Amino acid sequence: MHPNEHALHNPEFLWRNPDPKPSYDVVIVGGGLHGLSTAYHLARNHGIKRVAVVERGWLGNGNAVRNTTIIRSNYLRDESAALYEHCLKLWEVWTEELDYEILFSQRGVLTLNHNLHEVREGHRGMYSNQLNGVDSEWLDAQAVKEFCPIVNTSADLRYPVAGGTLQRRGGIARHDAVVFALARAADRLGVDLIQGCEVTGFDIQRGRVTGLVTTKGRIGAGKVGLVGAGRTPLLARMAGIEVPLQSAPLQALVSDIVEPMLPCVVSNALHVYVSQAHKGELVMGAGRDPYTSYAQRGSFHILEDQMAAALQVFPIFGRVHLLRTWAGIVDVTPDASPIVGITPVEELYLNCGWGTGGFKATPGSGWVFAHTIAHGAPHALNAAFSLDRFETGALIDEHGASVAVH
Amino acid sequence: MKRRPSGGLLDRDRALRFSWDGRTLSGFAGDTLASALLGNNVSTVGRSVAQGRPRGVMSAGLEEAHAFAQIGEGGATEPLVRSTGVELYEGLVARSLSIRGVLSPETDSGRFEKRYAHADVMVVGGGPTGIAAALAAGLQGARVVIADEGPELGGALLRDRYLIDGRPAAEWVRAAGLMLAGLPEVRVLPRTTAFAALDQNGIVLAERVSQHLPIADRSGLADRRLWRVRAKQVILATGALERPLVFPDNDRPGIMLASAARAYLHRFALTPERIVVFATNDDAYRTVFDLHDAGVVIAAVLDARDEATGGLPRKARQAGFEIETGAVVTGTIGDQDGVLQAVRVARLAGGGERLVPCDLLAVSGGWDPNLNLHQQRRGATRWDDRLATFLPGAAVPMQTIVGAANGRYGLNDCLVGGREAGLAAAAALGFAGTVVPAPSAGDEAEGEHASVWHITAPDGDESRSFIDLHRDVTVAGVTRALGAGVRHVEHVKRYTLIGTGVEQGRSAKVNAGRAVAGGIGLDFAQVGVSSGRPPAEPVPFALLAARSRGALFEPVRTTPIHPAHVALGAVFEDAGQWKRARYYPRPGEGMSEAVVRECLAVRNGVALMDASTLGKIDVQGPDSAKFLDRLYTNRIGTLKPGRARYGLMCRLDGVVFDDGVVMRLEPNRFFVTTTTGNAGPVMEWMEQHLQTEWPDLRVWLTSVTEQWATVPLVGPRAREVLAPLVVGMDLSKEAFPFMAVKDGVVAGLPARVARVSFSGELAFEVSVAWDQGLALWDALLDAGSAYAITPYGTEALDVLRTEKGYIIVGQDTDATTTPADAGLEWMIAQDKDFLGKRSLERPAMQRTDRKGLVGILPDDPGVVVPEGCHLVADPNEATPMTILGHITSSFVSPSIRRSFGLAMVTGGRARVGQRLYAPMMNGAPAVTIVDPVFYDPKGARRDG
Amino acid sequence: MLLIRCPWCGEREETEFRYGGQAHIATPRSDVDDASWARFLFHRDNPAGPFAERWVHIHGCRRWFHIVRDTLTHDITRSYLPSESPEDAG
Repeated sequence: MHPNEHALHNPEFLWRNPDPKPSYDVVIVGGGLHGLSTAYHLARNHGIKRVAVVERGWLGNGNAVRNTTIIRSNYLRDESAALYEHCLKLWEVWTEELDYEILFSQRGVLTLNHNLHEVREGHRGMYSNQLNGVDSEWLDAQAVKEFCPIVNTSADLRYPVAGGTLQRRGGIARHDAVVFALARAADRLGVDLIQGCEVTGFDIQRGRVTGLVTTKGRIGAGKVGLVGAGRTPLLARMAGIEVPLQSAPLQALVSDIVEPMLPCVVSNALHVYVSQAHKGELVMGAGRDPYTSYAQRGSFHILEDQMAAALQVFPIFGRVHLLRTWAGIVDVTPDASPIVGITPVEELYLNCGWGTGGFKATPGSGWVFAHTIAHGAPHALNAAFSLDRFETGALIDEHGASVAVH
Repeated sequence: MKRRPSGGLLDRDRALRFSWDGRTLSGFAGDTLASALLGNNVSTVGRSVAQGRPRGVMSAGLEEAHAFAQIGEGGATEPLVRSTGVELYEGLVARSLSIRGVLSPETDSGRFEKRYAHADVMVVGGGPTGIAAALAAGLQGARVVIADEGPELGGALLRDRYLIDGRPAAEWVRAAGLMLAGLPEVRVLPRTTAFAALDQNGIVLAERVSQHLPIADRSGLADRRLWRVRAKQVILATGALERPLVFPDNDRPGIMLASAARAYLHRFALTPERIVVFATNDDAYRTVFDLHDAGVVIAAVLDARDEATGGLPRKARQAGFEIETGAVVTGTIGDQDGVLQAVRVARLAGGGERLVPCDLLAVSGGWDPNLNLHQQRRGATRWDDRLATFLPGAAVPMQTIVGAANGRYGLNDCLVGGREAGLAAAAALGFAGTVVPAPSAGDEAEGEHASVWHITAPDGDESRSFIDLHRDVTVAGVTRALGAGVRHVEHVKRYTLIGTGVEQGRSAKVNAGRAVAGGIGLDFAQVGVSSGRPPAEPVPFALLAARSRGALFEPVRTTPIHPAHVALGAVFEDAGQWKRARYYPRPGEGMSEAVVRECLAVRNGVALMDASTLGKIDVQGPDSAKFLDRLYTNRIGTLKPGRARYGLMCRLDGVVFDDGVVMRLEPNRFFVTTTTGNAGPVMEWMEQHLQTEWPDLRVWLTSVTEQWATVPLVGPRAREVLAPLVVGMDLSKEAFPFMAVKDGVVAGLPARVARVSFSGELAFEVSVAWDQGLALWDALLDAGSAYAITPYGTEALDVLRTEKGYIIVGQDTDATTTPADAGLEWMIAQDKDFLGKRSLERPAMQRTDRKGLVGILPDDPGVVVPEGCHLVADPNEATPMTILGHITSSFVSPSIRRSFGLAMVTGGRARVGQRLYAPMMNGAPAVTIVDPVFYDPKGARRDG
Repeated sequence: MLLIRCPWCGEREETEFRYGGQAHIATPRSDVDDASWARFLFHRDNPAGPFAERWVHIHGCRRWFHIVRDTLTHDITRSYLPSESPEDAG
């Protein structure tokens, strides 16, 4: 396959470009992947016909095109594993269901461990995954080398590879294709995709949302779903809702195109994760910048550190070129788990806080959020991911166990 | 193209051999790889990505869309390098690329390094504008850094025949270079590309230090060097890039930018035989004059504009050139290899085509200011009708965009603008007063730029009219995208892959935007173009990593006793940056045998370990006790001088943060220890609260982790071993009870001795000055030799503390664990507030089904159930199973002679007595939940 | 890559500092209700625009201080002591 081939398979027709109708049963605010997935599932699973997605820019202009497309479900907490596993199962049928080659490739996600603490935590995650029905297996350093030969497993490494956990069903998909596929599928089901339409306010009558004020006029709405990723706090504030999110830059980068050599996705505790996209370019992400920002750029030293870490594990990458870097605005919650559910405003629903891991959640996020909107109450899969957990203290901590060494 | 016998900026005395796809060719010093290939008549330098069409060199610079090569050999092989930017050297090995680069697994001996610089004025670009700017600022006394990607300053002046102050421009460049070299505060960086623009005027440069030298001459030199420059003022004199035109078969070898044809003549002495010039603006006429003067046949001069009234077209007419206005290229004809043979010419207004034979078609679709660095800072751009391109909006603060980068293409404009920008930047920083020369040039009146960008295919087939030459995207491809309903250029980009190539679609962007605007009937200015992202030019990963590789990736921290561990054959583990001895195997021992031996020595004899990595903080001041009472969950203020207490800290959310020992040395002085991994975080946590929350408290903190080396001497015989080493220190249980602290002398060394124990045995923890740690260790070993004193490592410690049910924060706890969950509810002082206390009162923290610390005993005493295993009540339940908790610590206990461990399970100790299962892929061993203290529950041995 | 002015040391690269989140958050009394306590623990302003935030010069003087930084442009307009308010001139 030459590097352009998949682009040639894009379909002849994607979507209409309708003007907004005066009102809808449901309006989804945010035309990113989760918003599109929600609209698609509202129409597909719940038969709601009059659905619109309003997007201030163009569909998928935020983190949909600024992520590293890694898909996995090997989360530690039971609630997370259930939700992300639901997502992964949907990924496994989406190419067919959406009738679109989204290049979902289950090439495996390998998480390297470099010291005893990480090995212990790696095993904890693996055993938890196995009991939760999430595939996970342990590879020692030798098996890591066999699975991914370009990993440097030398004992001379500053932090030698001790082994790693592998989720074989994990992998990547082509992010642009997923945007196109979802938008087309939603459009086919009658969803109006309204781009270049910014929400500037909400009509809220006696504690219940009745419509939106937008740059394309007022749009009446029976129900409203907010799916604005890093902009969610700004939107929620217009509706008088405080959401515990911090918007921060998450940087990623892509290299020039090189021959295939990385058969999987690798992440590790040196704060770097890397995959090789279908065209042949390496796609890498790093740790997020610490500060609040909407500038869609991060700090250069994060990239420098990331490159140093990457070359520890993959010395062969030394002369690959850094081609483009970018930063998404990730919406991070205090427990690094999303918020999907009801709000204090009636018929106004919230889906945000996916932080650094939103791409992989695209199918299930929309699936459970559509259910929540349609029923006015969360599905069992997202019940724990409520906004009020920050008040009760029932957090779903996914920062990974805190690292301490005696 | 043919090499002329003389001329160009080449060193004809230095012929250089190089290899291209295995063939040995030759060029001259001063050549680029691209010019050397052209000089060897290599027309086709690669194949296109999607359609596999032959492609040749189409530019002499950054605009290049075709000529990418794989450079070098072995570990230093580098994929996808722009041939127009590669300086030829003797022995260069280059290969044409079939789409993808290839990496080498061999070791790369190239060294990459970093430097930092502070500048008053950073000038990006060493063309006429940049030189004038740097000179003006430099002469005023400002500290200037000027960087240019070329091997010498001059920029566009190197490829054109300009006069400055009535003299050839090269003379001015030379004189200016000498002046700059004479200014001590000016740093000129040739071969240096500014590729990233950071906040607060950080500019990141990539300098080619030795990449242009033969391999043999590079020894001792860096390959490339990354510069991080912080500048008070930045002047972007980044010039403009010429844009190709879109017409059928516009991608053949032999089609090149009009400015590139001049560059190959003036710099590299390369000429075609017959040239057709296809212009949409006046600048392309320079190509007509210059190549004509060099003896090239001007086969046709086509100008897409209805009329060409600018100075240069007028001169051309006066010189007798036949200029066809309103005429365009409607297609090209190639030979059997696809190389240009002739062009089809027709009038825009319609009418017949004619064939014009030629071996070079020089095209100019106009110029685009090079604004990548401006856009990296989110600088705005605006469409300009007259120049038919995007010009910069307001520069970002403390920056100036000047010269061609600002759409001022005339040389005089560049010189004047550059000088003024240099003076203004210097003046803004207080540098002024020197008279700075004002060079001038005679600019021609410039006509409007045509808005023509695309010549419709006469036969309607737009599948060979390339918009993005690098990514092989055609007008037909864009039309297809628009037909699918996409409207935004970013969607078109993603649908077609336009602009996603290694050159970021530099030469394709504007034409792509126009294709979209034209296709949907929108004003182009509103459609816009996709923004440049860093890096402006690709840089190797190794340049960013630079020296942070191998042993220099991260420092290794070792204790002063480290040499002793090495001598004893210790196996080490990484604990953060520290190396800690995990166990000390004797000949024939594996880890388990060594650990059993070390544990038994602790329990039955005497042993010692190196605990120097523990974090240590000296807390002083009249409010120290009050301060520590607010930090620790338990009461510290009641501690008597000379006594120690176990201390526990929570985060604000009530989760266990760290534990350690708090010693009160004097009424107003404490010495606290932290876990090894939290030494930094605890210190920061304390400082943060002291400075930001309680600035009224009179407390001073000093991190003394690396001031004290600490060796616990442990075991029932510890007292006997220590006794002969101390002077005037009563070690008896009565005089020196558990949790007492004394300062004194041990083995002749000033020492602090504390009766604290993490193993549950009688222990004297001896601390001495860091650099005396090894002496202490040796003395204790020596004194204990009669008792078979045994060094033990972290693995044995882990077993010993687990036998006692002592937790390790971060192993037995995680980011959800409260003190009560960890079985430490007795550590919560009820009669005072502390950080995190309020959070513990929240409903979820009070639930009875929270996970709590318990002990586990596997049914099979010979089976160690792995740490991390999860526990369930019904091992036969289908997945997802109902998980009750997980095993946090699991070992064989030499003391109780069976496997055992700790676990966190829902309900905690309410489950004592229950049988749970740990399902794994290969079985589900049963365990019984027990109390987490397995050894000496009354603490008699510890207190002994 | 920010260039941050430490009020004590002057301008230094971001790598010398550690971020401390929103400034001027008052710790409530411990007898507030759960909602107020949750707001204190977890809710921060997260504005798109000027933001008063804390940094510590961790690899320098180790002192905490405040800056006002625009989260849209990363422009830093003020650097001041914890004892000052963001509105103070300076």
